[in-house]
Amino acid sequence: MEVKKRTSIMSMKYEEFKNNDYLEEMVRQLNMDGAGIILGTLDELINWGRSNSLWSLTFGTSCCAIEFMALGAARYDMARFGFEVTRNSPRQADMIMVLGTITYRMAPVLKRLYDQMAEPKYVVAVGGCTISGGPFIKSYHVVNGIDKIIPVDVYIPGCPPRPEAFYYGMMQLQRKVKVQKFLGGINRKERKPEETEYVENTSAENKSENGRHE
Amino acid sequence: MNRITEKILTIVPEAVVGTNGEEIVAIPKESFRKVAEALRYDTEEPMDFLRDIVGMDWGEEGLGTLYYLECTSTYNRITLKTVDHDRENAFLPSVCNLWKTAEIKEREVYDFFGIKFLNNPDMRRIFLREDWKGYPLRKDYDMNSNPLNMENEINADDTDEYFLNPDGKIEGRKNIVFGKEDFVVNIGPQHPSTHGVLRMRTSVEGEDIRRIDPILGYIHRGIEKLSESLTYPQTLAMTDRLDYLSAHQNRHALCMCIEKAAGIEISERAQYIRTIMDELQRIDSHLLFYSCLAMDMGALTPFFYGFREREMILDIMEETTGGRLIQNYNMIGGVQADIHPTFVQKTKEFIIHLRKVIKDYHDIFTGSVIARNRLIGVGVLSREDAISLGTTGGTGRASGWSNDVRKHHPYAMYGKVDFKEITYTEGDSFARYMVRMDEIMESCRIIEQLIDNIPEGEYRVKTKPVIKLPEGIFTSSVETSRGEFDVMIESRGDKSPYRLHYRSTGLPLVHAMDTICRGGKIADLIAIGGTLDFVIPDIDR
Repeated sequence: MEVKKRTSIMSMKYEEFKNNDYLEEMVRQLNMDGAGIILGTLDELINWGRSNSLWSLTFGTSCCAIEFMALGAARYDMARFGFEVTRNSPRQADMIMVLGTITYRMAPVLKRLYDQMAEPKYVVAVGGCTISGGPFIKSYHVVNGIDKIIPVDVYIPGCPPRPEAFYYGMMQLQRKVKVQKFLGGINRKERKPEETEYVENTSAENKSENGRHE
Repeated sequence: MNRITEKILTIVPEAVVGTNGEEIVAIPKESFRKVAEALRYDTEEPMDFLRDIVGMDWGEEGLGTLYYLECTSTYNRITLKTVDHDRENAFLPSVCNLWKTAEIKEREVYDFFGIKFLNNPDMRRIFLREDWKGYPLRKDYDMNSNPLNMENEINADDTDEYFLNPDGKIEGRKNIVFGKEDFVVNIGPQHPSTHGVLRMRTSVEGEDIRRIDPILGYIHRGIEKLSESLTYPQTLAMTDRLDYLSAHQNRHALCMCIEKAAGIEISERAQYIRTIMDELQRIDSHLLFYSCLAMDMGALTPFFYGFREREMILDIMEETTGGRLIQNYNMIGGVQADIHPTFVQKTKEFIIHLRKVIKDYHDIFTGSVIARNRLIGVGVLSREDAISLGTTGGTGRASGWSNDVRKHHPYAMYGKVDFKEITYTEGDSFARYMVRMDEIMESCRIIEQLIDNIPEGEYRVKTKPVIKLPEGIFTSSVETSRGEFDVMIESRGDKSPYRLHYRSTGLPLVHAMDTICRGGKIADLIAIGGTLDFVIPDIDR
């Protein structure tokens, strides 16, 4: 039993995604530990459910939040994909969508909200400001990328991103959720140092092989 | 020289009238209070509307402020200037008992420049953390002096006040914002119905609101400081991100200001396009206002209605400008691209469609018993308070204050079109709501008058590759979707501004929350905030 190599979601074909390599790499690493038949099957079922009902914390600080509202309205209708439920409390949310610039005053608040969320939790950085500081990168009061504060799962670039870009990013997150180990994956023991070395070596080899093929 | 300037000169003969750029009357700080009082309580032409206070760092000359005043009956304007030469301990007299809006504007100046205002009861920082070091808009500020601080911020419950002793010494005392007996509810910054990252510390007694203390700066990006290191065409990019629901109008204001200063005449075609785009943007913003207000009050269907029509506007704009929300369309000398071939046709169709469906809007929400009970008679703002607080735009007009910049200081094509300024007299939440709903129809009328007559010509005149403005101070003002938006540029003849300031349309609105909500029910707070229609990134800049 192993994690499925090709993660499929309903909304879009596998081949149409432009960046499958990072997901394949993730699957490969997960498969190195192997997965039990029972836990693995349960994982698939749970992940299928989780990926299709991602509840996001509404965390709109500026412009991107308006585009997110447009996403919720009838035309773009994000209910089709299962992430229309937005929560106003971090305790009830699966993921935080950071929509807009994060300033120095807001940074501790964002960190606190993130800490208040229950595991497993995901972060989507939307817009140029959250990714790097965007047009305000030289400012004295803007955090240059929220990955300096909290770990980010998916980046959605744009200023603000188009609704289609939102979808692409959200689907990437869905695919990421699908390959994760829900049971047994979270509290697993840390690898011994020599094992990690081995992983790094093999991944490097793999990369060079891929390079040759191309 | 006009009558007001003459009057100032009779009171203070040593006042200097500067004509570098725009007319500015420089008054020594000792006699500034006297002049301010005389202008405020002038019998013929009281200057009762303080448009803005702009802090300035004039280097060697010292720190100072510009005061933009307007009379609400004759619409005459005047700009005053006063300077303190002592950079370390700059003190200026406060005018907050003449114009209430000065309370919060002086806090802004203190926060950015460190000028302390004597007798202002609330001299706290406003946008920056209370433990922030230094004053960022000063020219000698070290940009790396405040690294990211991830500690939670603790807000003080008291404020500082500085006053002059009878024997001429400056002393400080503490004023209490929230005492031990106050029950303080913290609303925001992460709250779905505060339209962004506004935080209000609200003290309540049972269900009644006793005081609201807005805490801002959660989206303060330092746009004014950033602009000082950008060239003029580059500064344009920031305006769309101020109030993103007035993106066109904000950019229009800055373009107008630069064009005026550089003496660039733009073609009539560009004027037409700009005006139509401004009005489309206004409809867009008001539709979003309608959607959000309904959603804040718990009605979800109007949200879908509003966004349905809003998407149509976005389609029209996208075809021409390439952007949905942030368009970056206006340029110095005109607009970025010519209108799309189907623009005229689609706009006309949209207006016909909107006129048809607007009845549904009123049926589902305006006529609803719940909405009426929650809006009518709630959150009343009197005309005097509106003027004193400087709540321009729909909020002021709902209180009977005719303040439409399009009408009283026409720009672009507004002088030539026939439209009505919507005013109500009730000043309650419902009037504020109705002003916006009626303005949608007025905007349709304006577009209809222009859309068929867009003249031929070039959409953008050629400008020099490097734009430099002559020395001086230049301003321009436009009516955005939520009030008067002013741009102030001080130029030293360079290719980038020495100081660029934007008048926030939302700052007076947030400041007015305390006046409006006091004594009201906490359950009405969100609805009142919704009808005031502020956008937080525009306040924090």
